[in-house]
Amino acid sequence: METVVRRLGVWALVLLASIAAIALTPDKGFAIQMGIVALVAVILIIATATTYDPVARAQSIFRMPPGPSRYDDDVIRWGVIATMFWGIVGLLVGVFIAAQLAFPQLNFEPYLNFGRVRPLHTSAVIFAFGGNALLATSFYVVQRTCRTTLAFPALARFVFWGYQLFIVLAATGYILGIGQGREYAEPEWYVDLWLTIVWLAYLAVFVGTLLRRHEPHIYVANWFYLAFIITIAMLHVVNNLAVPVSFLGSKSYSLFSGVQDALTQWWYGHNAVGFFLTAGFLAMMYYFVPKQAGRPVYSYRLSIIHFWSLIFLYIWAGPHHLHYTALPDWAQTLGMVFSVMLWMPSWGGMINGLMTLNGAWDKVRTDPIIRMMVMALAFYGMSTFEGPMLSIKAVNSLSHYTDWTIGHVHSGALGWNGLITFACVYYLAPRLWNRERLYSLRMINWHFWLATLGIVFYAASMWVAGITQGLMWREYGADGYLVNSFVDTVAALHPMYILRAVGGLMYLSGALIMAYNIWMTVLGKLRDEAPMGDTPHDAAADTPIARPLVTEPAE
Amino acid sequence: MSLYTALRHFADSYALAMICVLYLTLCLWHFRPGATAHIADAKLSIFQDDDHD
Repeated sequence: METVVRRLGVWALVLLASIAAIALTPDKGFAIQMGIVALVAVILIIATATTYDPVARAQSIFRMPPGPSRYDDDVIRWGVIATMFWGIVGLLVGVFIAAQLAFPQLNFEPYLNFGRVRPLHTSAVIFAFGGNALLATSFYVVQRTCRTTLAFPALARFVFWGYQLFIVLAATGYILGIGQGREYAEPEWYVDLWLTIVWLAYLAVFVGTLLRRHEPHIYVANWFYLAFIITIAMLHVVNNLAVPVSFLGSKSYSLFSGVQDALTQWWYGHNAVGFFLTAGFLAMMYYFVPKQAGRPVYSYRLSIIHFWSLIFLYIWAGPHHLHYTALPDWAQTLGMVFSVMLWMPSWGGMINGLMTLNGAWDKVRTDPIIRMMVMALAFYGMSTFEGPMLSIKAVNSLSHYTDWTIGHVHSGALGWNGLITFACVYYLAPRLWNRERLYSLRMINWHFWLATLGIVFYAASMWVAGITQGLMWREYGADGYLVNSFVDTVAALHPMYILRAVGGLMYLSGALIMAYNIWMTVLGKLRDEAPMGDTPHDAAADTPIARPLVTEPAE
Repeated sequence: MSLYTALRHFADSYALAMICVLYLTLCLWHFRPGATAHIADAKLSIFQDDDHD
């Protein structure tokens, strides 16, 4: 009873503070965001004061098995559902902004113009879809590899729900025009502070679980997860050092200025790629690929070299985002050299993942989840080859600011991050909901081909668009003037932009098929279908070839 | 010599050498003679009690 009263008091204080902020602020967007916080406080007050338990009610909607199991999987189930939900939202918004670029009439001012919806897309797919996948899989993997339950169960739930509040505040902020103009770090100071609290709680749960392990070794996947959590904490705090104009307003100014500010931003930006989208997802690869293949990783030592090489090299690669800018030349060259060096550990890791299937390559034909993982690794290899190539200054002078970069990012994000996440969710769903198998394996096949062809459409159209742009921008006439105006290049790219939207639509439809498949699995249904990779037996043909015996003379 | 120059020279010499040594140590540590059994244990650890995955 005492704890209930204490909790009620805390939520009431949060509610009062947010109402005071709404009343006192002159900033409309800030007031709406504080309204969201107040709403969360009201829900928590109702949930605490009455016997009504919204989480238990929602758990029954999502058919979560009740009662304790060997591992603490409740928060992981929520993470899987959130991954699916935000994945669909993020991809849908992506298709919408791709359509906006092809058909500018779709810019609905002011809330749904490209400038506001684009960060909504990037944050939804990276931080909401990818972030929830990392939360869910890290809690799953750390418990299994340490043979123990989560260290702070209540804190783990706070991490999940607190992260969702961060996503909602960030997303509504973009639509309302609140942002600090730092790519992939758009949320303003108060949302950044909230994320810092959530992230430190995440670190505490993860490290706490590692410390209470019943297993002498810390499996290599956990190294990657830990590197991801620690580095993201450091990057997030340093890049978001800013001074708010007022504690009752959303606007803040960065502590750095000029080229230092730009370098801090891209030190953050590139390492968000390196540690969020690479290290974290490699952790998924090092656990789920061996598990699904039923074979240990090809070389454990190679995975350790892969780990330390990424840690030591990635952190220096950021300046390649600032080639031919005010950044000192030596820093640009440093960024380029380290980016090229990164190629080796990346391919070492790709080979390690692919060679895990050594001796079991038939699974690519019979197991659609393995097929998806192999395609994800192939895209990891392709995009980590393309990245170092684009970071070379001579190549970058053609590719920078063009759609080639966008094509590169999407071959990594859709091909590597997207496909490995989908494969992991397919692996997790039947296990987390105690189902015999997924609703349908053939639907994974549909998803696989729609996604793969979608990426091919996307990346190929962006290569053509990017090189067209780069060549048109640098074309001089005989009189020394530029031949093309910017709008000429936009007109030339129109067909490519339509093709890109088609590719995105295919990728989204694959994800929708997946959402249906996962939902049916959650409901416990099994689709009646022919098994994959079936080789029918033809008894008539199964006889020895009747060859006449011919005596051959010895030489 | 300004603080920047001093730090810059340190970063270019001793710090760089130390980081390289640290990197090589961390990578090669798992190739030491006694490591083989540990590596094999860790590699296969994800397949123990598979009935509860």
